[in-house]
Amino acid sequence: MTTLLQRLESIDRRWIYLVILAAVVIPFLMNLKLPVGKHSPSTTAVHDYIEQLPPGSVIQMSFDYSPASMPELEPMAKAVVRHAFEKGHRILAMTLHPQGALMIRRALDEMALEMNKEYGVDYVDAGFKPGGVAVILGMGKDIVRVFEDMDARGNKLSAMPMMRDVADYSDIALMMDFAANSLPLAWVAYAHEQYGLQMGVGLTAVMATDLYPYWKSEQFVGLINGLKGAAEYEDLVEVPGLGILGMSSQSIAHLLIILFIVLGNVGYIVTGRASQRRT
Amino acid sequence: MAIGFIAGVFMIVQFFVPHAVATQGYELLLDWARIIGAFALVLGIGSLFRTHWDKIRRRRSGYGYNAVTLLSFGLMVWAGILYGTGEGSIGQRLTEVQDGATFEWLFNNVQVPLDATMFALLAFFIASAAYRTFRARNIEATLLLVTAVIVMLGRVPIGEMIYDRMPDVYEWIMQYPAVAGKRGILFGVALGSIATSLRIILGIERSHLGG
Repeated sequence: MTTLLQRLESIDRRWIYLVILAAVVIPFLMNLKLPVGKHSPSTTAVHDYIEQLPPGSVIQMSFDYSPASMPELEPMAKAVVRHAFEKGHRILAMTLHPQGALMIRRALDEMALEMNKEYGVDYVDAGFKPGGVAVILGMGKDIVRVFEDMDARGNKLSAMPMMRDVADYSDIALMMDFAANSLPLAWVAYAHEQYGLQMGVGLTAVMATDLYPYWKSEQFVGLINGLKGAAEYEDLVEVPGLGILGMSSQSIAHLLIILFIVLGNVGYIVTGRASQRRT
Repeated sequence: MAIGFIAGVFMIVQFFVPHAVATQGYELLLDWARIIGAFALVLGIGSLFRTHWDKIRRRRSGYGYNAVTLLSFGLMVWAGILYGTGEGSIGQRLTEVQDGATFEWLFNNVQVPLDATMFALLAFFIASAAYRTFRARNIEATLLLVTAVIVMLGRVPIGEMIYDRMPDVYEWIMQYPAVAGKRGILFGVALGSIATSLRIILGIERSHLGG
């Protein structure tokens, strides 16, 4: 037994990689879908907030992420976009992340096409604007001016029917920030605190601990946490997507990592005792 | 230093003075900040080009990768400037190629898979690190380990299948001990930020000026 554990202790790491690869890929190939289970209160809070907004409300969405975190954030962004469109809300999309501009296209355009929404009337893509905090503060005074009256496609923002109702944050019913960085902290400090903009966030799971305090203090109306949050939102809008599909891979990968931790610790304890006996 | 002092004091004062002059000055400063923000991109691009070009010129080990970086950079700039992502680009007028098609194709078929792959590698490293180094060596490490296992199980449906209250335990950890710890850190960071800001405004802290 001790010899076996000692062998396991020094196992080639490529075997571990192979097992993880199989755990992640096989459920996807088998299209394995596990039940989502209980919904987190933080996810439900975002859903309920959007649900109670009057139809035609403008929801601003900032797609502040890159392809690296896209597998975790895009499913939740699509689910929220779908929910907003279903409820008859309008969407003002933008990003403070250079690579976010095409993230908007992937998440928003596909949903708009599927749900037969008209550009300029039901949604607008303002695109990327460099400047971070200065952009956030400037939008509190005049949104069109910050984007120099031009959307991501070269059209005049002020000429769009939707933008006639949107001057500054007071016209925004909710701001959703999908982020894999510290930008939600800037949004909450400058847009929420200074201008009273109601906001929610969609985050990678690794960032959730950093931002839970803001939800608990009601500075965020809600918080969608990682792929599990995305799966919960998909379940709430009753349209399964990559979030729910990804849960099976994540379930098996998490179980495997726990198994590795247990095996590693059993080996550590047993081999430690064996070496103590020898000395 | 004087510019920092004047701008810093003005931004503090204007926050409490809702006068037209203060508001106009505030908007002017925000415009300047956005312009400076745009220049940061130019500086970044310049720095990227200089670093990689220097390695290629000196034929440093692995300089081929630097060449690939610059070529890829050039390709994306070409696609972006010529075809853009909007209507009426130069490329559309010259070649009839649909606007944004080239740029979006490169982004969706090269950048997205490459970037996602780099991030996905983390799963393999975490699994290997969990097996080799996550040891219950003392009480603190054991507490960390047990919490990590609960959090991992609480974030997946299979955790709820094992024990139906696992998501509740996870939520309790996230909403109470984690928030308490994080708030302590946030207070420390906020007080530190205020102290550093005051030091910069008053000219005591000058390291940001270089030298």
